[in-house]
Amino acid sequence: MEYSIMEWLSDPGLVHFLIVSAMLFSLGLMAVLSQRNVIMVLMGVELILNSANINFIAFSRFTELSLDGHMIALFVIIIAAAEAAVALAIVLNVYNRFKTINLDEISTMKG
Amino acid sequence: MFIQLPLLILLLPLLGFILLIFFGKKLPRNGDWLASGLILLAFVFSLFLLVAKITSHSAEVFSSSFVWVVVGSLNIEFGMMIDNLSVIMLVVVTLVSTLVHLFSIGYMKDDVRYSRYYAYLGLFSFSMLGIVITNNLLLMYVFWELVGISSYLLIGHWYEKKSASNAASKAFIVNRIGDFGMFIGIMILFVSFSTFAFESIFESIAAGQLPFESTGWLTAAGILIFCGAVGKSAQFPLHVWLPDAMEGPTPVSALIHAATMVAAGVYLVARIFPMLTADALLIIAYIGAITALIAATIAITQFDIKKVLAYSTISQLGYMIMALGVGAYTAGFMHLVTHAAFKAGLFLGAGSVIYAMHKVLHARNDHHTDAQDIRNMGGLKSKMPYTYWTFLIFTLAISGIPLTSGFLSKDEILAGTLAFSTLNGHWLLPLIGFVVAGLTAFYMFRLLILTFHGKPSDQSTIAGIKESPLVMTIPLMVLAALSLFFFYSYNPFGATSGWFFAAVERPLSIVPELLQPASAALFYEAVSSVHTTAMILSIIIAVGGVVMALSVYQWKKISAEKMAEKAGILYRGASNKWYCDEIYDRTFVAGTFLLTRVMRWFDENIVDGIVNGAAVVTREFSRISKWTDDNVVDGLVNATANSADRAGSLLSKVQSGKVQTYLVYVIFSFLVLFILFIRI
Repeated sequence: MEYSIMEWLSDPGLVHFLIVSAMLFSLGLMAVLSQRNVIMVLMGVELILNSANINFIAFSRFTELSLDGHMIALFVIIIAAAEAAVALAIVLNVYNRFKTINLDEISTMKG
Repeated sequence: MFIQLPLLILLLPLLGFILLIFFGKKLPRNGDWLASGLILLAFVFSLFLLVAKITSHSAEVFSSSFVWVVVGSLNIEFGMMIDNLSVIMLVVVTLVSTLVHLFSIGYMKDDVRYSRYYAYLGLFSFSMLGIVITNNLLLMYVFWELVGISSYLLIGHWYEKKSASNAASKAFIVNRIGDFGMFIGIMILFVSFSTFAFESIFESIAAGQLPFESTGWLTAAGILIFCGAVGKSAQFPLHVWLPDAMEGPTPVSALIHAATMVAAGVYLVARIFPMLTADALLIIAYIGAITALIAATIAITQFDIKKVLAYSTISQLGYMIMALGVGAYTAGFMHLVTHAAFKAGLFLGAGSVIYAMHKVLHARNDHHTDAQDIRNMGGLKSKMPYTYWTFLIFTLAISGIPLTSGFLSKDEILAGTLAFSTLNGHWLLPLIGFVVAGLTAFYMFRLLILTFHGKPSDQSTIAGIKESPLVMTIPLMVLAALSLFFFYSYNPFGATSGWFFAAVERPLSIVPELLQPASAALFYEAVSSVHTTAMILSIIIAVGGVVMALSVYQWKKISAEKMAEKAGILYRGASNKWYCDEIYDRTFVAGTFLLTRVMRWFDENIVDGIVNGAAVVTREFSRISKWTDDNVVDGLVNATANSADRAGSLLSKVQSGKVQTYLVYVIFSFLVLFILFIRI
């Protein structure tokens, strides 16, 4: 059966959401891995979290899993907020200790 | 009474010893009165016992014993045997001991170990009395060693002096040699008869039993037991200890080394007399004769007053042994008793002189002049009258001048040797006997004259000499009285009619008939036939010796130096004690040292070699072991550690410390796992 790209694009389904989610995840991962600034890394983490959220919502919408996905997404948002607060506090302490937030320079755990 | 009283006599000195050794220093006067009192009491009892025994129970033998040690089937008995021999010895020992105790109060005054000295005297008296009253050989051996140790202790009384402690050791060791033989003899008898008691042994032999079924062994047993007497009584060749024993205090020399202990050997021979075969007796007689001659010749050449007396003692002991050997049993034992009195007197007299000399020298702070050298004396006669007159009586007695006790006993001995030679032709024995009699008279008068007569070499010393106190002169007078004939026999020219000969009879020989010496009846018949000859000869010879001494030393008709020169090698030999000590030094002492050197070489080279060899082998093994340990075991361990280390440092490079790198690993690993899982 023929399925044109336009058709596929005009009829959003689960796969579309998953692709967006995967892109977000990849961007977040890229940020986490490549950024040297701790703040940027944190932002990457947020992206990953939100990509997970999209997955939860999408699976909740397009499968028979009812509202569980929504609930978890809400949890994730709350936890992400708390996490951001904690993470920023840690970053502040790291800065106080090392006078930098450049991750390359914070390598005291080097083997 | 004849059992309890001797036991009491035996225990009194022991009590004194125990009290003095523990409490001596706390007692008033250090306890000398206690020791003297106890021994005096023992003497009184002994005297009472003697009188009671001789007058009413002369022929009886009292004995009693109880089982002392039980080992399996072996019973060792502690027993006593009281016959005339023992009661006479009891009196002799306690009497001399009492007088020596008294004398020592003066002589040993202010001594550093005063109470100890008296304690040892008590120990000695106890041991000596034990020898006298025991009824078996083992107990006798025990007491025998006890007198040995008390003799050792008393010779070494002034042990700070090297010569005194050496002399004590020498006396002890030389005695041990004799005692060793004695012990073997006792063991031969014990193995054969399973008993130590004299009576049982004699009974078995009389019943025809012999040690190992052989007469040779019987003779050997007799001679071996006699070895003990050779040691104790200072007979040739073990006589060398007695002159050295003079290092002890002079009263000790009087008691132990003149009157009693050295006579114990004679007493022992008298005790075992019945079991001695004719061969054994002949050897004993010759040993006695040789001893008498050698010691008498040495005595002539000595200048130390105590050494002269010591050699004279050896010589007289040789006489006694010789008398027993030829069968003149009673005469020999009587000489023991008479000799005990006059020789103890001579020693105490010498002690009195030494005491006086020492006091003068000490007051002058003179430590170089020898207080015992008779060349430093002379002219003491007027200064020390009591000492002089008693000394004169003792000298007459030992020289065998009539009217003295010494004449009685010596005359009987000489008659005995003469009779022996008529019976079986050993003419050397009476010859030596008469020669020694002459020599004895000569050297004793030489000593008397040089000490008391003539002009002193150093007038100033003699001028200060004073007579010793009464406590020292009274014992001398008692002993001087006892050196006269009437205590022993009413007839001054024949001892046989006296109580002594009646009381002490020669016991019957119990050895098989073929080995017996000439019977007592035969012997006494021969004695009576030669007695007058012997008596006249002995008087002539004794007087001849005295006249000779007087003409050499008193009237100076003959020069002593010229005599010595003429005698040449004989004089040199005698003045050097016939080189006995030197010979022993060269042979036995040097031999012992050689043996120790050989042993040392053996120890250092063979034994140490084996030990060292074992050590070397062990060391090499340990070296190999160490190498293995260092290289193989440690190598393995280190290799493990190194590989871990290397792996660690290799892996630690992974740990960059950068969080993001870790995350990369996590994600890649996850991806790898993911792909793997999907594939599966």
